[in-house]
Amino acid sequence: MTALQKKSDNPVAHLSAEDVEEIGRRLDTIRQEVVDSRGADDAAYIRKVIDVQRKLELASRAVLLLSKFPPAWIIGTAGLSVAKILENMEIGHNILHGQWDWMRDPKIHSTTWEWDMASPAEQWKHSHNELHHTYTNVIGKDNDLGYGIMRVDEDQKWIPLYLAQPLWNFVNACFFEYGIAAYDLELGKNLATKERRNDPKFKAAAKQVLKKIRKQATKDYLVHPALSGPSFVPTLAANFVANLVRNLWSHSVIMCGHFPEGVETYEKTSIEGETRGEWYLRQMLGSANISGSKAMHTMTGNLSHQVEHHLFPDLPSNRYAEIAPKVKAIFDEYGLRYHTASLPKQVASAWHKVFRLSLPNGWMAATTAKNAPEQVALLYKLTTGGPKVRRVYDRAQRISATRARQATEAAAAA
Amino acid sequence: MTSTGLGLRDRVTRLVEAATTPLLPRDYLDLFIPLRSGADLRGKVVAKRHETADAVTVVIKPGRGWREHVPGQYIRIGVDVDGVRQWRAYSVTSDRAATDGTISICVKAIPDGKVSTHVVRELQPGTVVQLDQATGEFTLPAQRPAKALFVTAGSGITPVMGMLRNHLDELPDAVLVHSAPTADDVVFGPELRAMAASGRLRLVERHTERDGFLKPAELADLVPDLHERTTWACGPAGLLEALEEHWAAEGIADQLLIEQFRPRVLVTGEGGSVTYNKTGTTVESDGATPILDAAEEAGLIMPSGCRMGICYGCVLPLREGAVRDIRNGELTVAAPGDGVLVQTCISAAAGACDIDH
Ligand SMILES: Cc1cc2nc3c(=O)[nH]c(=O)nc-3n(C[C@H](O)[C@H](O)[C@H](O)COP(=O)(O)OP(=O)(O)OC[C@H]3O[C@@H](n4cnc5c(N)ncnc54)[C@H](O)[C@@H]3O)c2cc1C
Ligand code: FES
Repeated sequence: MTALQKKSDNPVAHLSAEDVEEIGRRLDTIRQEVVDSRGADDAAYIRKVIDVQRKLELASRAVLLLSKFPPAWIIGTAGLSVAKILENMEIGHNILHGQWDWMRDPKIHSTTWEWDMASPAEQWKHSHNELHHTYTNVIGKDNDLGYGIMRVDEDQKWIPLYLAQPLWNFVNACFFEYGIAAYDLELGKNLATKERRNDPKFKAAAKQVLKKIRKQATKDYLVHPALSGPSFVPTLAANFVANLVRNLWSHSVIMCGHFPEGVETYEKTSIEGETRGEWYLRQMLGSANISGSKAMHTMTGNLSHQVEHHLFPDLPSNRYAEIAPKVKAIFDEYGLRYHTASLPKQVASAWHKVFRLSLPNGWMAATTAKNAPEQVALLYKLTTGGPKVRRVYDRAQRISATRARQATEAAAAA
Repeated sequence: MTSTGLGLRDRVTRLVEAATTPLLPRDYLDLFIPLRSGADLRGKVVAKRHETADAVTVVIKPGRGWREHVPGQYIRIGVDVDGVRQWRAYSVTSDRAATDGTISICVKAIPDGKVSTHVVRELQPGTVVQLDQATGEFTLPAQRPAKALFVTAGSGITPVMGMLRNHLDELPDAVLVHSAPTADDVVFGPELRAMAASGRLRLVERHTERDGFLKPAELADLVPDLHERTTWACGPAGLLEALEEHWAAEGIADQLLIEQFRPRVLVTGEGGSVTYNKTGTTVESDGATPILDAAEEAGLIMPSGCRMGICYGCVLPLREGAVRDIRNGELTVAAPGDGVLVQTCISAAAGACDIDH
């Protein structure tokens, strides 16, 4: 996607400033209705989920004590995978958002919660709640756009390193929790210079992460296997697989939130002096939902309601489904695109973007069976030719994009 | 235990912790045995019975960590009302001789009262509630007084009932002057009347709908030897204030002990925005609302105790700003770096405040 401000068919061009503020007011009303009706049923819901998750984890780990028997291995691994997914998604992510703080239960509170994840809650809350949720999809501000290792927008400059980004993305998916920890530490930036490496704040944070990783790894790869005695190796493998499944699953769900084709991005300058209505609008068009069954919603931590979650990150997750139709009605009334599709579709779309943008702008679209040899030669030149060659290519791309836009506008005018 | 035994125990604990990280073993144990020893103190409601139309006795089986209370003391109980944890103080009324390991409290529903209405009308036996150990100074001295007087009104009978049920036989001469709107509104009425009938207690019931509110001057007629007695009083703020004045005027202020259920609110502050530096939360607070209530309303977890200015369980450092004590209007101002300790339950914002929490 090109930053919304540069698009010829700007999807919000038809809205007046008053429209945008009215959208904001209506969304505020939806939010208030939920806040006013939070109650015992909601509290019972999250307690139930926590109860089920912990019992499932205990049972699965108990079954894995006998993991050298294949049926036990399969049942235990499946149960533990589900338990780990619930723990990270519907429970951890949402509690750390403060969705349940209103219950005033110190055991289910964003300030006291810690999760089964390499990144310590404290660091994750900063990079996720404060940065990503505030600067959602703003190029250069929201590091979630490609996590600093990928190009997920036309406006991010292409360099040859990105050719391998499908591979990066896959590796990141497998070890997602470590990817998140590195990302929360801003590892790339902080390891770059000696000064940053030696910054006491960075060093303390890195130490905290390493300590957490050590504890997590000791649990899954030493203590539980050792408790299994003769089943040491199968239990170790089971725990590895459960972590892998959880990582692949949460990576997929999170990719679906902002990466599918058609989700809007924004220029840095566009958010200066942004009103509440404009902030809402950015969240509305910068997120994508996943449609599916109730079980699927629970397993995604209701991040399948990404649009609703980004509009109201601190409302209890069990209420997103109920407000979704009201939110969608606002989209429809104001002629905005409510981005939603099934899980396979959204995952495919996000991966399509990862592949497409691993290549220079316009390259994939311009390539046909007939011109393939020339296109490959061009790509080779761009990869090996240095920044100057790429600048020339980029300029040519921009000019042809502008021409195409003018042509469509002229056609529309006529 | 021997030192090797201790070492082994420590090692087992550490191993179990390594197996449950980032949670603690107790997070799993709580699912199955919430009342075990070593757990946060909780209790299970085992029975509820009506004392009057709007007051109920709640019988609670406390967890294994419960330590004995002294009759007259109160406990704090944390109940989830509409999903929100609310803490309130209630006097323990039970007879310690009861051997089933339960304690009881008596709660009177106050119109629009969040917790009291919930406890009286909704709370179900079987519910697990949060508890704190008993505390409070409103108790009988080890050296029991030769002559005792109790002056109570409404739900103010509760701490006194705790004393009477446990110690009446140790009091050679006890008088209770109790006020309630009608005879039917007297909490524990039949039980008190039975105590009186057995000759162990002199009971003076005042039914205020017919007789009007009790004036301290009338007490001298009802209890002529008032000067010779140690007096325990509990009831509405107006009554307690009048008694304090009277006892002071008579020069016997040191013979009066009072228990108050609510702070007497005298003034309201100016209000202002209160910032909690550690959580980064800012809450707009009006001048009549204690900082504690305003913060809890915003979802913060705050330390608290009696919620009426006596226990200091709610104290936090005021890093900067001004607060007013709603009981007497006293202004506390903190310059940056001061960190003046303030009781959040009776302090309202008097301008922008920065609280260390
Ligand atoms: C040491 C101590 C011991 C206590 N022991 C008992 C006890 O044994 N039994 C018992 O029933 N209560 C007792 N209380 C009072 C109890 O803690 C609560 O304050 C009371 O139940 C009201 O709480 P609520 O949540 O229902 O009212 P809230 O929702 O907190 O208050 C609602 C409204 O009622 C007003 N209000 C609060 N309390 C009273 C009151 N007592 N009379 C009139 N209006 C009031 C408030 O100002 C407010 O406007 C005790 C309090 C203390 C400090
Ligand atoms: S809570 Fe007891 S003094 Fe404030």
